[in-house]
Amino acid sequence: MTGWDRFAETFFNAKVMAKYLPDILYGMVVTIELAVLIILSGLFAGLVLALIRSLGVRPLNWLIIFIVDLFRSLPPLVIIVLIYFGLPAAGASPSGFVSTWISLALVLMAFAEEIFWAGITSVPRGQWEAARSTGLSFVQTLLEVVLPQALRLTIAPLTNRTIAITKGTALGTVVAVTEILGQASSAMSNSYNPSPLMMGATAYLVLFLPVVVAARWIETRFAWKR
Amino acid sequence: MEEMIQAFFNADIARAAMPIVLAGLLNTLLMSLLVVPLGLMGGLALALGAHSRHPLVRWPLMAWVDFFRAFPPLVLLVLLFAGLPFAGLELGGFACVAIAFFLNTGAYYGEILRAGIESIPHGQVEAARSTGLSRLQTTTYIVLPQAVRNVLPDLLSNTLEVVKLTSLGSVVAVPELLYQARQAQSVTYNATPIVMAAVIYFLILWPLVRLLSRLENRALAGRG
Repeated sequence: MTGWDRFAETFFNAKVMAKYLPDILYGMVVTIELAVLIILSGLFAGLVLALIRSLGVRPLNWLIIFIVDLFRSLPPLVIIVLIYFGLPAAGASPSGFVSTWISLALVLMAFAEEIFWAGITSVPRGQWEAARSTGLSFVQTLLEVVLPQALRLTIAPLTNRTIAITKGTALGTVVAVTEILGQASSAMSNSYNPSPLMMGATAYLVLFLPVVVAARWIETRFAWKR
Repeated sequence: MEEMIQAFFNADIARAAMPIVLAGLLNTLLMSLLVVPLGLMGGLALALGAHSRHPLVRWPLMAWVDFFRAFPPLVLLVLLFAGLPFAGLELGGFACVAIAFFLNTGAYYGEILRAGIESIPHGQVEAARSTGLSRLQTTTYIVLPQAVRNVLPDLLSNTLEVVKLTSLGSVVAVPELLYQARQAQSVTYNATPIVMAAVIYFLILWPLVRLLSRLENRALAGRG
């Protein structure tokens, strides 16, 4: 057996791969579920916070800024560990899936709020004044004049940030979530062969590489004009 | 309420765990001091290469960058730590972290620096070259200083992410802040050490977050 054969036999073992393919596919489904939940709830919460911030209520804004700063400065893994291992002491025992979901959604919320807020403030004040003077209400001005322009500016940075945070679903493996990396790791220790890990790595590339390439396109398409 | 304080802010446990957690903090700082320059150097090499006009140089480097941007850093770390031993190569947790970070954060820094370099008008390069500066001199003295200034917020933002990512070291038993806190937690059956770690992360990174938020808002206001 040549060196290459031995390498292939170890890292791309057909028998092991066939055996654990269903596990990895199941992991992909969990990863996608988790990612969709994180993206929807994180972006929604971030937008809501940015809209509340645009009302300009001082104490409320300070609170929002503090929350945003907090979840931008804490490592996601620390938040996951805190929720999963800490909350049971407070009487709630969220599953690993829920802990990962909540943690990453909070992180995405914080980053999204900053980006949405930056987008809203980038619309010149004169437009607010003009819209209000034509008789539009505050809410109408915000939703129909400011947000459409602001959102266009936020697309590129939001895409990049969302990808980076969604990749964090792999952290769920630390709290026993059965996503791709979790499935691959347990398959590896069961079979004592690294082929499942190679499959897991491939699964991540299958999921994320198209998104990264698409993001590159979006970045040039919706680039912030300098 | 009393129970909550006992479970999350237990003073006795905090006092006992303090030396352990602080030792972790020291390792986190040392790791950051190693991986940030390492990533920056890798990124600079990638950016200069990806800026090259030769497609045979540019395309593979762009593919390299996209590859590592699509790959979760934890997967990379586990691959190095648990996968490589099967190929007869056993690296310690710390070495794995250094390599994984070099690959992952290098790709991110590379992408940022490339954008910075591309923001410098080509006329400047031509002007510099025509005054007799060499290619290297033009890059070092004319292009890079301006490029870095143009993407400074992004560079800082990525550095923040890198420092936060060092917490992944806990998965491969590198005794950094989170790992130490979890050790203390599993011995005491109390969440206080993890809360301590969270507070420390927040305290050391909050100034950077504040600075970033200002820089980002200023950058956007200028575009209005």
